[in-house]
Amino acid sequence: MNKLFSVEVIVSNKPRARDPEGETIIRDLIHMSGYESVKEVRTGKLLTIMVEAQNEQDAREKIVAMCNDLRIYNPIAHSLNVRVRPEN
Amino acid sequence: MKVAVIQFPGSNCDRDTVHVLKNSLKLDTQLIWHNEFDEKEYDAVILPGGFSFGDHLRAGIIAGHSPATKGVRKMAAQGKPVLGICNGFQILIEAGLLPGALLRNTTLKFVCKWTDLRVEADNTAFTCAIGKGSRIRMPIAHNEGRFYADDDLLDRLDADGRVVMKYVDENPTGTSRGIVAIANEDGNVVGMMPHPERASDAALGGVDGLGVFRSMLEWARC
Repeated sequence: MNKLFSVEVIVSNKPRARDPEGETIIRDLIHMSGYESVKEVRTGKLLTIMVEAQNEQDAREKIVAMCNDLRIYNPIAHSLNVRVRPEN
Repeated sequence: MKVAVIQFPGSNCDRDTVHVLKNSLKLDTQLIWHNEFDEKEYDAVILPGGFSFGDHLRAGIIAGHSPATKGVRKMAAQGKPVLGICNGFQILIEAGLLPGALLRNTTLKFVCKWTDLRVEADNTAFTCAIGKGSRIRMPIAHNEGRFYADDDLLDRLDADGRVVMKYVDENPTGTSRGIVAIANEDGNVVGMMPHPERASDAALGGVDGLGVFRSMLEWARC
């Protein structure tokens, strides 16, 4: 029987690809305001997806397959981080 | 009256604003780079439109925390006229000088067009020379200009006469109750999405924007 799972998909630039938005945030907002202990900021895009699946593993596999199929990230430049919220 | 127009990296309506103040209204106006702004030298300040700091993280938030904004905050507290136009409105909200939020337009499009507006409050430094109930035309040009607040805050702004301008006839961005401009409690700080500097020369299609800047001059007498 299928249940509804909440899956977070985070798309961000790979470490080698510069992230000018993150660089601006750390330089002009965070360091400018005195938070010198912060050493790096990387930005990305978060998608919270509700999906019907049999279990957590099934939910993850479905979403990863969809992200690959629809190119929700560009594998050349982006890394994909998929987190399934545990069942209550 | 000496007016500062603050230029952030990414501002792009700064020179238009200076042109109107200096050449049309003959005001002592200075275009000032954000790091060099000294609020003590000025009687009024305008935060112009554009995309300060690339709109990174959220439109207006980085400029809203910049050293220049500390000076703007002091001027606001002293009762001096402070106007934020478009990105300047976003900056005033992110700096906490005005309440609410400016979200992405419901159309999910950058909307650039002339709009019909009604002045809802004339007890502000930027509408006192126009008159409540006046119908005026000004262009908008933005992607994140959908003023949003919960019903409690909207009711409070209405009750306190802090809603300064609304769209009439249409609501092209889906903004709450058609609101496009609001003021602080004292009326000296105003944020507006429409561009008065683009409506200040008949050759460009309208002059209703001049009333916004003229109000600043008359504010001391209002």
